[in-house]
Amino acid sequence: MTRVKSLPELVYMKKVLEAEKAKYKQHVHVCGGTGCHAAQSIALDEKLKRIINDKGLSPDVHVTSTGCFGFCEKGPIVKILPDNTFYTEVTPNDAREIIDNHIVAGNKVERLLFTDPVTNERVSDSEHMEFYKKQKRIALRNCGAINPENINEYIVKDGYQALGKVLTELDAQRTIDIIKKSGLRGRGGGGFPTGLKWEITSKVEADQKYVVCNADEGDPGAFMDRAILEGDPHSVIEAMAICGFAIGGSKGLVYIRAEYPLAIQRLQKAIAQARDLGLLGENILGSAFSFDIQLRFGAGAFVCGEETALIHSMEGMRGEPTFKPPFPSVSGYLGKPTNVNNVETFANIPVIINNGAEWFASIGTEKSKGTKVFALAGKINNVGLIEVPMGITLREIIFEIGGGIKNGKKFKAVQTGGPSGGCLTEKHLDTPIDYDNLTEVGSMMGSGGMIVLDEDDCMVSVAKFYLDFIVEESCGKCAPCRVGNKRLYEILDKITQGKGTWEDLERLKNLSSVIKDTSLCGLGQTSPNPVLSTLENFWDEYVEHVEDKKCRAGQCKALLYYVIDEDQCVGCTACKRSCPVNAITGDKKQAHYIHQDICIKCGACEEKCAFDAISIQLEHTPKKIENANS
Amino acid sequence: MQTVKLTIDNKTVEVEKGTTILKAARKIGIDIPTLCHFEMCDMNIENKPGGCRICVVEVAGRKNLAPACATEAQDGMVINSHNIRVLNARRTVLKLLISDHPFDCLVCSKSGNCELQSLATKFGIREIPYQGEKSTYRKDTSPSIIRDVDKCIMCRRCEMMCNEVQTVGALSAVNRGFKSVVAPAFEMDLEKSPCTYCGQCVSVCPTGALTEVDHSNDILRALSDRTKTVIVQTAPAVRAALGEEFGLEPGTSVTGKMVAALRRLGFKFVFDTDFAADLTIMEEGTELLDRLGRYLKGEEDVKLPMLTSCCPGWVNFFEHNFPDLLDIPSTAKSPQQMFGAIAKTYFADKIGVDRKNLVVVSIMPCLAKKYECQRDEFKVNGNPDVDFSISTRELAAFIKQANIDFMDLPDEEFDNPLGESTGAGVIFGNTGGVIEAACRTAYELHTGKTLEKVEFNALRGMEGIRSATIDFDGLPLNIGIAHGLANARKLLNEVRAGRSKYHAIEIMACPGGCIGGGGQPYHFGNSEILLKRAASLYNEDDCKTIRKSHENPHIMRLYDEFLGKPLSHKSHELLHTTYFDKSDEVAINHD
Repeated sequence: MTRVKSLPELVYMKKVLEAEKAKYKQHVHVCGGTGCHAAQSIALDEKLKRIINDKGLSPDVHVTSTGCFGFCEKGPIVKILPDNTFYTEVTPNDAREIIDNHIVAGNKVERLLFTDPVTNERVSDSEHMEFYKKQKRIALRNCGAINPENINEYIVKDGYQALGKVLTELDAQRTIDIIKKSGLRGRGGGGFPTGLKWEITSKVEADQKYVVCNADEGDPGAFMDRAILEGDPHSVIEAMAICGFAIGGSKGLVYIRAEYPLAIQRLQKAIAQARDLGLLGENILGSAFSFDIQLRFGAGAFVCGEETALIHSMEGMRGEPTFKPPFPSVSGYLGKPTNVNNVETFANIPVIINNGAEWFASIGTEKSKGTKVFALAGKINNVGLIEVPMGITLREIIFEIGGGIKNGKKFKAVQTGGPSGGCLTEKHLDTPIDYDNLTEVGSMMGSGGMIVLDEDDCMVSVAKFYLDFIVEESCGKCAPCRVGNKRLYEILDKITQGKGTWEDLERLKNLSSVIKDTSLCGLGQTSPNPVLSTLENFWDEYVEHVEDKKCRAGQCKALLYYVIDEDQCVGCTACKRSCPVNAITGDKKQAHYIHQDICIKCGACEEKCAFDAISIQLEHTPKKIENANS
Repeated sequence: MQTVKLTIDNKTVEVEKGTTILKAARKIGIDIPTLCHFEMCDMNIENKPGGCRICVVEVAGRKNLAPACATEAQDGMVINSHNIRVLNARRTVLKLLISDHPFDCLVCSKSGNCELQSLATKFGIREIPYQGEKSTYRKDTSPSIIRDVDKCIMCRRCEMMCNEVQTVGALSAVNRGFKSVVAPAFEMDLEKSPCTYCGQCVSVCPTGALTEVDHSNDILRALSDRTKTVIVQTAPAVRAALGEEFGLEPGTSVTGKMVAALRRLGFKFVFDTDFAADLTIMEEGTELLDRLGRYLKGEEDVKLPMLTSCCPGWVNFFEHNFPDLLDIPSTAKSPQQMFGAIAKTYFADKIGVDRKNLVVVSIMPCLAKKYECQRDEFKVNGNPDVDFSISTRELAAFIKQANIDFMDLPDEEFDNPLGESTGAGVIFGNTGGVIEAACRTAYELHTGKTLEKVEFNALRGMEGIRSATIDFDGLPLNIGIAHGLANARKLLNEVRAGRSKYHAIEIMACPGGCIGGGGQPYHFGNSEILLKRAASLYNEDDCKTIRKSHENPHIMRLYDEFLGKPLSHKSHELLHTTYFDKSDEVAINHD
């Protein structure tokens, strides 16, 4: 490939490529993200291409493997342009039908269209899908729209023009000013103003500065960074180069989890292609600016998403945070000024440069501009990756985009902000989502995890689940996080075992507040949030566990009660004989009785009972026990 | 100097910009408690990972509490170091730490010296409301050091010592979260790691996680065995620190009382390692002159600089890290081993005791000496030249257990013939002392002149790396000195690269030299204590009538009667050693 030597050359190249693309009458986009990949989308892609080729349709129809469409629940996805037909759960066996009926004859394959969970009707195209209606895709703009492994497709989408613009039309300070004015804040969770961070780094004098892309996505269930790197790696590469220009650094590093092989592969391919075109390397686009990017692989420690821990990990040291200040902007990788931004933050940069700060700042709320990508999961109809403007309400996300709660169950809570976020309830549904509002109500933006819970979820167990994760992922450096979170987990476990006391509830509160108050890094400072927010919003449930030994959701096994219905029981003694701990008493042909204080809830009795006399109850009547014991 | 003004507990203080809140507070008498923080200003040693969170304080306008040890004081800061929020946090964190700590204070060797225990006492912790799992690990016993890391509180002081001060790299944090602990790589045994047994980790451990192997019982058993003649040697640095264990001011020299105590403990002969130090100078000094002479004659294969070899931690270090330079150090054994070799030959013959029935005990400021006396090359048919080595701390405990009122003891003299020493032998305990002693002798032997002033002040001090050029009557001798193994590594790297300007280098593994050894009474980070110990040894040297090793009459007699002359065949056989390549055991390369 020949190097592109100037911005006009790049613009010309775009026009040529655009014209080439316009020759095709139809485009078939097959999702090649990790989720669809795992569901045979590659075989599907190959089959579609082969059939198109065999039928001699190649000059008119272009089949491309793209990045993630976000609607992973229904993958593999096939989208056909220009009519935006959106096929879901497509298998390689459907390839011929799609081509014969749709591509050739112009009739949509009805059975593969998405069925709206609320109306139960087939939706003809993505424009009419509730899932997409309220979304605004900026960071994900190219995901599902281009082949991430072909730099030409990125160039057609104005790729690298923002870089060209800053190199030829702007200087470092003006570039920073645009980002500052746009109001973009760190999408990794911290919410620190991006432009300000760049400015601080730019003002530190040093012989070398580093641009680091934090791709150590660690929140369970979150995969926005992976989706961007898999679907649109060039947007991140371009943004890192822009950042390098703005802060005065010529070296970029992407710290990425080794568990993201597809993202790594596509990123590497993209970097190589950018180098070939001279969009990375020496004298980019004929300017004096040189910039290149290397990858660093993380071993999957959650704490390495914290920027100082990330930097230590890149340096080959133990991945654990150090006290700030000094901030990485002043002293980071190898002691040099280092600007660390998250993948999603970077993905916003080229569009902001191209469309202007005012355009970006017009989206969102007063203090949180632009959009945010969320990984919508849990007890919700439309699971997937969504990008919405800041200021949207939880209600819109859950009940419109998400299509409401699965199986008609009742909404109970939504957990936002990843493992150290908080659980929000019905009363927060109409709160406009932005950094500050979420913090105010006891949760946080985090990197954008959003897990919806319904009436079947036990909130004590939910808090315990997150603490379990934190205990695993604490680096162990500071005492409150290392020991405190372990103790928090143990107390929660005790409560779910039905052994909790009022003192334990007090301990939970005190311990949580001390861990928040004294921990070294963001991980410990937010780790008790699931406990504090559930204590705040679901206090009754905690009290029920402790006082009534009851779990209303029926999730805590120790708080379920096997009870014999006296009317149904024929006294066959089968249950009594099957009980491994002799918890059942009763004479032959008399109604039997299960002693709850002995029962280990193994369920053997229920299995043996041929008369459906044994059932699982959420409560038991202590009075009966007294009778039986007397 | 740019300063900042802040308010701590309603008191205003002005400090240099860059000062931590902790230091600013201490300046006005507010002693914020710490646990992981550790500092020895004079040694340029600091550990402030901000990990324990005991030192947290409330800074007005700040969301969460700030660790005083790691937070820089800012202009206009308003700080509260002891309100209810701070105290509750401090006590809760302390309870958390204790909840993951064995409750075995009664039988812990660190009891009374444990910083966690002191904090628990200070904060009146009476119950631990958090009952849960405790971290448990296997106990790891090496020849010198015991790791009982159930007691590790992750202060990381040992890690800082091992990696930054010593660049040994034997210890670092492993595992994560609740399971994290400081250990050798892959949790291997310390014995299999590149550990040098310098014991600096033990000297800074706030709890009982790292302690020394205790040989007091072996000695007690030998002393009660009638078939054995038990003799003892005491290293120079011991007398400058032992008094601290009995409440005396640091730097109080207790040589006479120590001798008296050892005699009362039942040692048949109480000798002085300083005697062997004089002997070391005879051998090492002669070796230096020999190498220099050959070098000046233009012999090409002569190795310079010559490095001292008295310090077993240092010997372990170069065997692990610089196996290509094994022919650089002096072949002279350490004073401990020279003493053992002479005791079990010359002296055993003199008193007509078979070496098997002669038990040689050494009192050392050092933990590596425990390992050194177990090395195979220092044994004859399996019988070691030195049977047991115990630390200054173990000796103190031994004296207390024997109901000896140390303070009430008279000053007594060492026995002869192996108890007579010169001032040159005494200063072996200080960094720079060995090379100064060597210069006193080498100068006079080389020039045939008498030194007008025996003190070489240019060689003294606490700088990590020092150098001086000594005029040997027209021959300028370049001397290098390093204490702390990181400093040693720097000099060794120069030697390896062929850039070293030195003719002789003295190296001591421990910061300050033997006075700061891993077996000395705990200094709790107070480097003032080390300075006082050093001054004490220089003072003892000053008080001696004989201050040059070659003038020690018993040394002269030893050569006359037994060894012949320095570097003789007999000397080589008894007083010199060889070194081994242990590089395959080194896991981490710091170069």
